[in-house]
Amino acid sequence: MAQAAIELIGINKSFGAVRANRDINLEIVRGTIHGIVGENGAGKSTLMSILYGFYQADSGEIRVGGQPASIKSPNDAIALGIGMVHQHFMLVDNFTVLENVILGAESDALLKKSIAKARSELERLEREYGLEVDPDAIIEELPVGLQQRVEILKALYRGAEILILDEPTGVLTPAEADHLFRILKQLKEQGKTIVLITHKLREIMAITDTVSVMRQGTMVATRETRKTTVEELAELMVGRRVLLRVEKGEAEAGGVKLAVKNLTVKDSRGVTMVDDISFDVRAGEIVGIAGVAGNGQSEMLEAISGIRRAVSGSVMLDGKPIDLTGAADPGELRDRGLAHVPEDRHHVGLVLAFEENENSILGYHDDPRYLWGPFLNIDAIRDDARDKITKYDIRPADCRLKTANFSGGNQQKIVLAREMEQDPGVLIVGQPTRGVDVGAIEFIHKRLIAMRDQGKAVLVVSVELDEIRSLSDRILVMFAGRIVGERGPEATEGELGLLMAGVEHREAAE
Amino acid sequence: MSTPYAKLPAWADYGLIPVINLLVAFVVAGFVVLLVGENPFRAAAVLVEGAFGRGQGIAFTLFYATTFIFSGLSVAVAAHCGLFNIGGEGQGYIAGLGIGIVCLAFDSVLPWWLTFPIAIIAAAAMGALWALIPAYLQAKRGSHIVITTIMFNFIAASVMVRALVGYLKPPASMAPQTRTFLEGAQLPKLNWVIELFGAKIRSAPFNISFLLALAMAFLVWVLIWRTRLGYEMRTYGHSSKAARYAGISETRIIIIAMMISGALAGMMALNPTMGDQHNVALEFVSGAGFVGIAVALMGRLHPVGIVLAAILFGMLYQGGAELAFEMPAISRDMIVIIQGLVILFAGALEHMFRPYVQALFASLSPRSVGMEAVKGKGA
Repeated sequence: MAQAAIELIGINKSFGAVRANRDINLEIVRGTIHGIVGENGAGKSTLMSILYGFYQADSGEIRVGGQPASIKSPNDAIALGIGMVHQHFMLVDNFTVLENVILGAESDALLKKSIAKARSELERLEREYGLEVDPDAIIEELPVGLQQRVEILKALYRGAEILILDEPTGVLTPAEADHLFRILKQLKEQGKTIVLITHKLREIMAITDTVSVMRQGTMVATRETRKTTVEELAELMVGRRVLLRVEKGEAEAGGVKLAVKNLTVKDSRGVTMVDDISFDVRAGEIVGIAGVAGNGQSEMLEAISGIRRAVSGSVMLDGKPIDLTGAADPGELRDRGLAHVPEDRHHVGLVLAFEENENSILGYHDDPRYLWGPFLNIDAIRDDARDKITKYDIRPADCRLKTANFSGGNQQKIVLAREMEQDPGVLIVGQPTRGVDVGAIEFIHKRLIAMRDQGKAVLVVSVELDEIRSLSDRILVMFAGRIVGERGPEATEGELGLLMAGVEHREAAE
Repeated sequence: MSTPYAKLPAWADYGLIPVINLLVAFVVAGFVVLLVGENPFRAAAVLVEGAFGRGQGIAFTLFYATTFIFSGLSVAVAAHCGLFNIGGEGQGYIAGLGIGIVCLAFDSVLPWWLTFPIAIIAAAAMGALWALIPAYLQAKRGSHIVITTIMFNFIAASVMVRALVGYLKPPASMAPQTRTFLEGAQLPKLNWVIELFGAKIRSAPFNISFLLALAMAFLVWVLIWRTRLGYEMRTYGHSSKAARYAGISETRIIIIAMMISGALAGMMALNPTMGDQHNVALEFVSGAGFVGIAVALMGRLHPVGIVLAAILFGMLYQGGAELAFEMPAISRDMIVIIQGLVILFAGALEHMFRPYVQALFASLSPRSVGMEAVKGKGA
């Protein structure tokens, strides 16, 4: 029998009354790629945080290489040869690759020796694992895929034998993700052990040897990857059968509801993020915007909804133009029937410190239904919030609860309920299911399609290609601030992936 | 990594934790008393006795508290909108100019109950205008409100010296203060209320502006939690991005919140001028604007908490004066030390004891600790 790199035995961890991990037993075999899947809040991150020393388990035992280990801080974990690549990179943007790699592992005050040593070590690692990065490049000038490579190099430089990757493909194009998987396979062949945390079942099927499924703090199953299916894993994750792709009829597109014309947007540094784009969304259709994060989708959404001032451009709402270059007010656009579910629900779409009912009027707090002169009509607001809670199955069903205490999926439902129940003509949605669990994804997708079938114009921006393909009647691909292609919902992933990577665009330009 | 703070019951959150913070502040202050060679327990007894032992003390305690309620509310209103108004001192001081002009103009012709409303408006307007300039600079130019309001404290001080010495002082007088107001600008005392309970009061400046302070506390509660404006202020205070998304104008909300805050700071000047000294003198605010910061923090930015915290600080002021008299080794600076410790423990280290209290509650009864969804990672 193969030797276990890590054994977790009877791990328990509670936060207050919530048991994030209960009696977790897990054995990760040396030299394999082991996937851990589960919905948000299933306890994957907590478990990995215990393994990496961010939290201590309330009870249970960790064994590394067969020896009982006490991991009280990330330093202990590193000393035991455990490295972690976080979902959000822990890099200093204005340092070079080399400086980032040695950060925290400097051995002398003047750095000269550390740097010289690190350079030769880095070159060896790069050769050995095919992880080419220029050691003197500045991090912020590198594409995301390479930044991630630096994170992996950091872990290897510290002698990691066991590498934990937390949602590593969230920010990558399909091509970059494929490249990452090749690197991981190579690392495996060199004898490293890899733990991959993800909610993308396709990735699990593609590269793991073994997969463990978590649900509500417990480890519900461990399977050999080649002996399981995506459907089985999805069912194990949610505890019931789920539709991975929502059923929908043909779109019956009507007249143009939303027309974006010659939109150009610059960010705060003056870099052009959206470059003269125009498109229409018609009544009764869902238009999906695909693209790798950071190609101008966020800025486009903010400009169309009036949050960010555009350099040029206008939107036509029901035939009436609204200039986006002036002080276009989100309130005015809202009054004209444009509802917006922002990408960042934590800071934009919701005030987490508010009670649920207070968030259910955010942006509509001028509506006379909720007011009594200058005063808030508390009863009306709470009744309205309770209605939405019932209609959208928001849990827990308590409109006085602080919004921060709802799960990601339920927070998203709060925003969706607020925006959809205003019966807008146009709905624009950024990342409809980011950080939302599988069960709620199904619900949200069904709602969006119901909006479409009521004859609304729906614009969806998402970095999840599966989501775009499943929802959209037309797909626009954004790359470097431009729309580089339009495809139907039957477009293959490979085709869209190439567009997202800007390949065809570059060829056309040459 | 999210910090897994379990929720506490409201009474522990708003009652127990401030009390623990306060006790720790007093324990540390006790060591300071010990250092200067006095008995901390006797010092505490003198302090409490001085503040609440006799009718006289109670009246003085409430007199000081009146000013602190206004300044605490001022800080709280701005804080709910995410602004740190550190300029209550200057806004209150400059309001004295408005009060002085109104009182000097009307005290011989109008009764107090007509002068008072005019003076309230003048004080509020002066305070609001003094806050308007920093607010405008913050909203339009991004000049940080903490810096500008501090600077405006100094400008207010200079303006008041010029006004008092140059214009408001009677020509023959050597003192930099207005003449004494006539009866038409003297607020009635409330000492009789305390005497109803059988206490004896020789003379104390506890006056009707205390009732105005309580009314303002109620109105601030209504404003913050029951009006659209308050909703917009709180939205902006928690997240400027969410406010922008909700169509709330940043410029408008900053300016309005700061002007209300300034108006409340301005009203604190009524108590020492019309209520006590019956003149406007140099430095009459004497730090009450800054005490407001401690009061607001201690009171968790809630009007009820602020009234209680203001009474606590009134007690420190009144009891502290008695203490300095009884124990010459302890000067009035001692009170400043205690005040500093309260700010340190109630404000800066607000959450220091929270995890322990939460652990205690969790171990006592897991059910009383609310459900905190376990958030692995946000997005």
